[in-house]
Amino acid sequence: MADITTTAHANRARSAGENPVKRFFRATEIDTRLLGMIGAMLIIWIGFNILSGGLFLTPRNLWNLSVQTASVAVMATGMVLVIVTRNIDLSVGSILGFVGMSMGVLQAELLPQLLGFNHPAIWVITLIAGITLGAAIGALHGSIIAFLNVPSFIVTLGGLLIWRGATWFVTSGRTVAPMDSTFRLMGGGTEGSIGATASWIVGALACIAIVATIINARKQRQRFGFPQRPMWAEYFLTAVGCALVLGAIAVVNSYPWPVAIARKYADANGIAWPEGGLFIPHGIAIPVLIAIVVGIVMTFISTRLRFGRYVFAIGGNREAAELAGIKTRWVTVKIFALMGILCAIAAAISTARLNAATNAQGELDELYTIAAAVIGGTSLAGGMGTIAGAMLGALVMQSLQSGMVLVGIDTPFQRIVVGMVLVVAVWLDTVYRARAK
Amino acid sequence: MTDTRTPLVELKNISISFGGIHAVDNASVDLYPGEVVALLGHNGAGKSTLIKILSGAYKRDGGEILINGEPADINNPRDAKKYGIETIYQTLAVADNVDAAANLYLGRELRTPWGTLDDVAMEAKTREVMGRLNPNFQRFKEPVKALSGGQRQSVAIARAILFNARILIMDEPTAALGPQETAQVGELIKQLKKEGIGIFLISHDIHDVFDLADRVSVMKNGQVVGHARTEDVTKDEVLGMIILGKVPEKAIPGPGAMQTA
Repeated sequence: MADITTTAHANRARSAGENPVKRFFRATEIDTRLLGMIGAMLIIWIGFNILSGGLFLTPRNLWNLSVQTASVAVMATGMVLVIVTRNIDLSVGSILGFVGMSMGVLQAELLPQLLGFNHPAIWVITLIAGITLGAAIGALHGSIIAFLNVPSFIVTLGGLLIWRGATWFVTSGRTVAPMDSTFRLMGGGTEGSIGATASWIVGALACIAIVATIINARKQRQRFGFPQRPMWAEYFLTAVGCALVLGAIAVVNSYPWPVAIARKYADANGIAWPEGGLFIPHGIAIPVLIAIVVGIVMTFISTRLRFGRYVFAIGGNREAAELAGIKTRWVTVKIFALMGILCAIAAAISTARLNAATNAQGELDELYTIAAAVIGGTSLAGGMGTIAGAMLGALVMQSLQSGMVLVGIDTPFQRIVVGMVLVVAVWLDTVYRARAK
Repeated sequence: MTDTRTPLVELKNISISFGGIHAVDNASVDLYPGEVVALLGHNGAGKSTLIKILSGAYKRDGGEILINGEPADINNPRDAKKYGIETIYQTLAVADNVDAAANLYLGRELRTPWGTLDDVAMEAKTREVMGRLNPNFQRFKEPVKALSGGQRQSVAIARAILFNARILIMDEPTAALGPQETAQVGELIKQLKKEGIGIFLISHDIHDVFDLADRVSVMKNGQVVGHARTEDVTKDEVLGMIILGKVPEKAIPGPGAMQTA
């Protein structure tokens, strides 16, 4: 009893000595690193908005930005787990290309012969086949790394060449188009968006989920009598979370369909064309929805499941993990198989968006994916990284690129800037971590 | 050795070599319930290697492991844990980047009915065990990296006793500790002994373990020099075994004993 009162007293004394800002972060348990990244992104956004004369922070540009980020963001979530275990995957761009091409041939040339053109099952069969293929390629890489002890750098460097070559081989370099009309929805566009009402429903569900998560965490801690966050911090977190979700929905819902498409739609459905034009909001794009679901699932896997715990333990100390009885080799195989599945999902998004499968698809994506994960706080030394950080990293990278296009910076300079930002971001992170110790 | 009980553990004629070097050569040691056996020897004498065979970290080339008189099939750390063998390694073998609870339950996580990690339950149990071992420990939410050497040691020890071990292996358990913490570990060993747990204490420093151990087994160059009850020998005699391989009268010589003839 005496112990408890002294600690409580010490805690109070400690928090009384802190300034209000520090106390605020302690109470809300907000990751200051993540907050710093959001701050950096806002600076980039506002900077480009000023430079482009107000073109950047428009619903249209932000909507496009979200769609362009989706494919790399999906792969970055898997790259986090790969890098956390001190591995690297250089082959994701080529796997994307190969799986994309295979799915293209399957849905545009093979399945229509069997099932007939635009058969409703084509997209499902294609997607399942693609995911299976991606998982198999990833598992193959993982097995070579884990059981034959070839460094992941080499295995996936080989994979980079092999699967790019295979992509060419499938159709002898020919581009395959068009994609199945249902499959194409995964790429976004006016049709591949869920509309205003559905978007609000998604937003409402997200808010309910936020509230439920916070209440559940509080109940769990109550069950064992652990220290809790103060009530005001809980309310604050709920409010900020819900405001962000609903704000994002409001933005995507204020980007209307282009006039030509809206007119066609009005004609087809017998709607009279009103004076000021028809305002049909896009809502959330399907690829963005896919990326968000992938992000949630991957966060769940990495923080709530045993597999995720093992991934981080291996990254922290492989020998300790092995001595604790973890089958580290199998975990490695699973990580790479998961990476392959995510490449297949990214391949579906990007082929659907392009409405074609080309042999250059996904080139350089491995570097953007790795950069996104690293900018997002994944440590190349292993053991550290978050899914949300990596997705935010992907958004930062894409914001830079889109922004530079809007401002009219030449292509060579775009790459130079992206390269410099990567190096500077990691340097800043190193400084931050050295201080945090 | 007039003990007629079945030994808790019997390592019989164990051998292992790495690239032609006999790290452990025809070594036999045993351990009874509620007994502390100190395994002594220089650095590189083969103590840690021998014990890593028992804990499943290495696969033996030859020899037999008997647990309660029955042959045990130990090929990896999971097998060893099934027999109730827990090990505290010299390197501590903790994952630095996760917190104490995650380390305690590594490989044996508690899960909710939905199959997800039950972090709160694990933290609760961790607080309970750590409270017994090290009442001042408060940093449950921080990665183990942020802890002091002694605190990390308590995490490693807590992990070993959390799962009702019957056989505990402690490889240089006090190497990273200050005098006060060393005394705590000593107390803990006495307490575990009372509970009937058999303990192997490994050390290259005889002063650490002489007072805690019931028996000593000394190794040199991968071979067992001999066994002795601590009450039958002096520290100097044991030092003679460690350094020269010279076996005193009341000890039982092993294959590594100095040939006097």
